[in-house]
Amino acid sequence: MSDAAPTVARLQGVRLRYGKTAALDGVDLELPAGRMVGLIGPDGVGKSSLLALIAGARAVQDGRVEVLGGDMAQKRHRDAVCPRIAYMPQGLGRNLYPTLSVEENLQFFARLFGHDAAERRRRIDELTRATGLYEFLARPVGKLSGGMKQKLGLCCALIHDPDLLVLDEPTTGVDPLARAQFWELIARIRGGRPGMSVLVATAYMDEAQRFDWLVAMDDGHVLATGAPRELLARTASRSLEAAFIRLLPDEKKRDYRPVEIPPLPADGEDDIAIEARELTMRFGDFTAVDHVSFRIRRGEIFGFLGSNGCGKTTTMKMLTGLLPASEGEAWLLGAHVESGDLATRRRVGYMSQGFSLYGELNVRQNLVLHARLFHVPEAQIEARVAEMLARFGLQDVQASLPERLPLGMRQRLSLAVAMVHKPELLILDEPTSGVDPIARDNFWRLLIELSRRDRVTIFISTHFMNEAERCDRISMMHAGRVLDSDTPAALVAKRGADTLEDAFIGYLLEAGGGAAPDASAAAGARPSAPQPARHRRFSLQRMYSYLWREALELQRDPVRATMALGGSLVLMFVIGFGISLDVESLRYAVLDRDQTTLSQNYALNLAGSRYFSEQAPIADYAELDRRMRSGELSLAIEIPPGFGRDVMRGDKVQIAAWIDGAMPQRAETVQGYVQGLHQQWLAEQARDRLGTSTDSPFGVEVRFRYNPDVKSLPAMVPAVIPMLLLMLPAMLTALAVVREKELGSIVNLYVTPVTRFEFLLGKQLPYVALAMLNFLLMSLLAVTVFGVPITGSYPTLLLAALVFSGIATSMGLLSSALTRSQIAAMFFTMIGTMIPTVQFAGLINPVSSLEGVGRLIGEVYPATHMFIISRGVFSKGLALHDVQANFIPMLLAVPVILGAAVALLRKQER
Amino acid sequence: MRTRHLANVYRLGVKELWSLWRDPMMLFLIVYTFSFAIYTAATAMPDTLHGAPIAIVDEDGSPLSSRIVSAFYPPQFTAPQMISIGEMDRGMDAGRFTFALDIPPDFQRDVLAGRSASVQLNVDATRMGQAFTGSGYVQQIVLGEISEFTQHYRASSVPPVDLALRARFNPALEKSWFGGLMEIINNVTMLSIILTGAALIREREHGTIEHLLVMPVTPTEIMLAKVWAMGVVVLLAAAISLNVVVRGLLQVPIEGSIALFLAGACLHLFATTSLGIFMATLARSMPQFGLLLILTMIPLEMLSGGQTPRESMPRFVQDLMLLAPTTHFVELGQAILYRGAGISVVWKPFLALALIGSVLFTLSLRRFRGSISRMA
Repeated sequence: MSDAAPTVARLQGVRLRYGKTAALDGVDLELPAGRMVGLIGPDGVGKSSLLALIAGARAVQDGRVEVLGGDMAQKRHRDAVCPRIAYMPQGLGRNLYPTLSVEENLQFFARLFGHDAAERRRRIDELTRATGLYEFLARPVGKLSGGMKQKLGLCCALIHDPDLLVLDEPTTGVDPLARAQFWELIARIRGGRPGMSVLVATAYMDEAQRFDWLVAMDDGHVLATGAPRELLARTASRSLEAAFIRLLPDEKKRDYRPVEIPPLPADGEDDIAIEARELTMRFGDFTAVDHVSFRIRRGEIFGFLGSNGCGKTTTMKMLTGLLPASEGEAWLLGAHVESGDLATRRRVGYMSQGFSLYGELNVRQNLVLHARLFHVPEAQIEARVAEMLARFGLQDVQASLPERLPLGMRQRLSLAVAMVHKPELLILDEPTSGVDPIARDNFWRLLIELSRRDRVTIFISTHFMNEAERCDRISMMHAGRVLDSDTPAALVAKRGADTLEDAFIGYLLEAGGGAAPDASAAAGARPSAPQPARHRRFSLQRMYSYLWREALELQRDPVRATMALGGSLVLMFVIGFGISLDVESLRYAVLDRDQTTLSQNYALNLAGSRYFSEQAPIADYAELDRRMRSGELSLAIEIPPGFGRDVMRGDKVQIAAWIDGAMPQRAETVQGYVQGLHQQWLAEQARDRLGTSTDSPFGVEVRFRYNPDVKSLPAMVPAVIPMLLLMLPAMLTALAVVREKELGSIVNLYVTPVTRFEFLLGKQLPYVALAMLNFLLMSLLAVTVFGVPITGSYPTLLLAALVFSGIATSMGLLSSALTRSQIAAMFFTMIGTMIPTVQFAGLINPVSSLEGVGRLIGEVYPATHMFIISRGVFSKGLALHDVQANFIPMLLAVPVILGAAVALLRKQER
Repeated sequence: MRTRHLANVYRLGVKELWSLWRDPMMLFLIVYTFSFAIYTAATAMPDTLHGAPIAIVDEDGSPLSSRIVSAFYPPQFTAPQMISIGEMDRGMDAGRFTFALDIPPDFQRDVLAGRSASVQLNVDATRMGQAFTGSGYVQQIVLGEISEFTQHYRASSVPPVDLALRARFNPALEKSWFGGLMEIINNVTMLSIILTGAALIREREHGTIEHLLVMPVTPTEIMLAKVWAMGVVVLLAAAISLNVVVRGLLQVPIEGSIALFLAGACLHLFATTSLGIFMATLARSMPQFGLLLILTMIPLEMLSGGQTPRESMPRFVQDLMLLAPTTHFVELGQAILYRGAGISVVWKPFLALALIGSVLFTLSLRRFRGSISRMA
């Protein structure tokens, strides 16, 4: 099976564009097989795009990509080789599922590759023993450290014995010990499987030194290829970092000067800018920062070195007063740190991790806003902003939005903003992550100038060793504790190590950091059972894998689960009571200017009706006006003086009735009631007084069928249930797929053998089950709380609900295939379900009353048929054979919509 | 010190306005909800009766019966389907027509002979809207036709008492008046919640809230800034929409003082923007906020009395909804805009809104302060 050819991948003229920007611009490469190949270069030069193309996660746009002896643009070849490639995307555990445990994640991937239960057990145990994860099988991935996440990612990638392992920055942000262990692990695995090719992208030049073969990239181009030693020799440099800078085109390195650090003046030893004593932060039972103490001199550059999640950021937040410390104390510039102390804040500048300025404000506005908020005197603002723009080289971009700027420039802007109020102290949380080496060095020159020239104290955190070496003193942090603090040189000397990295690893080992793997169990070393080589069209196991995972995730996400179960019940209550067309107990009052028995009799006639509730009588017109304006009265009746007399005489009399027309629908109903009551009174009068009968010999006998009392609830509830059964499951299903797109785990669809249909069906079925549960609850609510009886065959309704749930979830899948963000998916689903259901499907007015396009939509829209079935079963006492005609279009809709979703979903990123 | 606080609130608010100005989606939403949405809501309110499907079983086949048949025509009704008595039940079950009129055999003969005879009207009462208004229409039409047919045979003996029915505030009962104004009231609520909530979540997602917190500004200032900035935007949009779309385009006369209404809207916005902040502290991301919004907005709108009269809701729902700002806003909005009520009439909802607003603001501020450390 293994590829004996000397190259594992061959790229010719490969170009890749995202909109207007070119990520790859004409790449030609031949990657040797059976080697450890490294892609080096800063962020955003196209490394990830190249790896995604090779792994088949991204579609080839232009050029030719050949991997494992075939063209990756061809689906047939991709299907055939995808079980032989493993891909681990960038970002800590980005393709893993944080709420699932280690075991569950591994089971998920193993199922996708078609292993049976015994084989899965064997492989999982073997891999986790080899990586030291065995003891953590039950722990949720979200609670693992960065290094452990990366090891788990590797386990998931190796679970199917790939021939080509593609790793995208697997060690970024991981502590040096975990990094060293990671590379050891890879080496061991390669020892066991010599034929396997490994392709790694990395931003750490020092680790690239150990690879077999390197590709240096910049700006979508390949700068150079070759073994590390060749590259060093070619550029006559001592380190790869220097070699890389030399390889850059001239216009980029023109302004480059190496960073030089003047020594820190020895005076002012006692001038302490920051002091922390036993700072501790606990989140629940997790101790993020554990009794950390340090003293930082004025004008010093003090570094915090440590991996992601070791407590650097939390410590900084406690110092700035963002987080109140659980224990311990800290002083900034001699003042005790208390959250809420505004005076000290004015003397401190802070730059948080990642870019956090207002993207909606331009460069200048950002500076001005911050200057004002720090109360720089208004008269000085103009000059201060100009100074900052000049000093940080931002004059040319002052009117641009920060988002349009390159990362290095944004970093300078962040620093400018943090400096705009001339603070004495700067706290910088990983300010240079993701910035290319030249920009990083430029940034450091600014820091050094601030420290040495302006005597600004700088407290900086980083996970780059070469940055830590530039600090006057550093603290090495691990798992919330400071391992040691001193000058970098002293730390190296103390441990007798060659480099700072080795020194750090020494400290980490001493602290017992990193679970030691079971070295004897070399994972993947044993030849395992051959792969199920043929790619099957539909695999129940792969679908089940997704189904099971989705169900677990849903169960562990409280907001979505509550929404899924409680949402429809809440809405059903609201709509049941809200859309009531019944008009009852309307407030009315009488202005009786006659005050005879006859006029009182007329008023009494109204009071007897259940529709009306009488209020205190009205005295005059002014009162009538006031009470109607306030909305107290919906109806006012005025009986004219001499009413009784005139009626007796048989003269024409007029009773006036005023209706509040503010709510026209209600007013119309009131009109009807008043007219009816008036007629009734007349008839009574005619019978009693004149002795004649007004019974008409002809008439219209009205039978309100299915709902004899003409109540709103029995009419609304059977319609509300299908409406909610469509809207909520559709939205939840749509979110389920788009969430994966946003979080990045969609990549598992791209690079594993799972088909689009298996993926969608697996995602859909848990929601169908949920929808059915919802349906049962809603119908229970209808019968018990709302008292709407089911007169027809409930099994028929149940069957219809099942089909309809399938339609609703398919619609959700369809909208998820069309959208990229969760917000867009929500909007899209709302528009796609709410509008047709409410307007065209016969919720209020039947489809046959519609015209034109609305009629057409109404005829084909599945909700139309569900309304008919639901009303039929609830109110009309129907059974299956009465409504079978409505089942046909619904049954047809499921494959049509699901098919469209499958067709629109992409198996590769574009 | 106080001026410094005020200056911070003002500047942070201006920053909110800039952020909004550069967010095309939100701008589109504001423009859309206060123009097209208002216009369509006003014009799309269903007419009383349109295209109601009717079927007639003519067992008489007389001139009178054909006269009745020909009295039903579009647009109020569809052209009647002529069916046999056997088809009637099946047709009604399948929902093919809302009304089925059965004219019995020898109907004309009986009517002319003065014998008691009646037409049977079957109404599908699961279709509330049409069933209710439509059955009245059908009866009137049938009776009218028969009376006209038999006019010269009979004289009236009812007492000469007339009922003069007048609808105040909207004499022709035009639904567009109601639809347009209620949509404004609803959109004021919806947008103010979305805008403030989204503004806070956006700051959190971009990490800028953390940035603010290390500056010499207090959480109260941050929250007040969002409240005033988003309140002003919504208020302005509502005022423009009221004048341009409702009064101009839809030609809806407004009885009362717009200034008084906007004053009420200010109080309401104070409550709803606080609610928006509160919800944003509950939700961890935009999608969660969206789900939460759906669950809150629908009850707030549907049970406030803006869609259907409050009197027809169960007592406990009515009482519960007194806690919601929308109930009072709808009440004062209807009173001022339709009925021209002055402050002497609507002071009660004003007071209620001020109260609810203060409570919501205090609660949100407390939660905002508490959650801020978790956010950062």
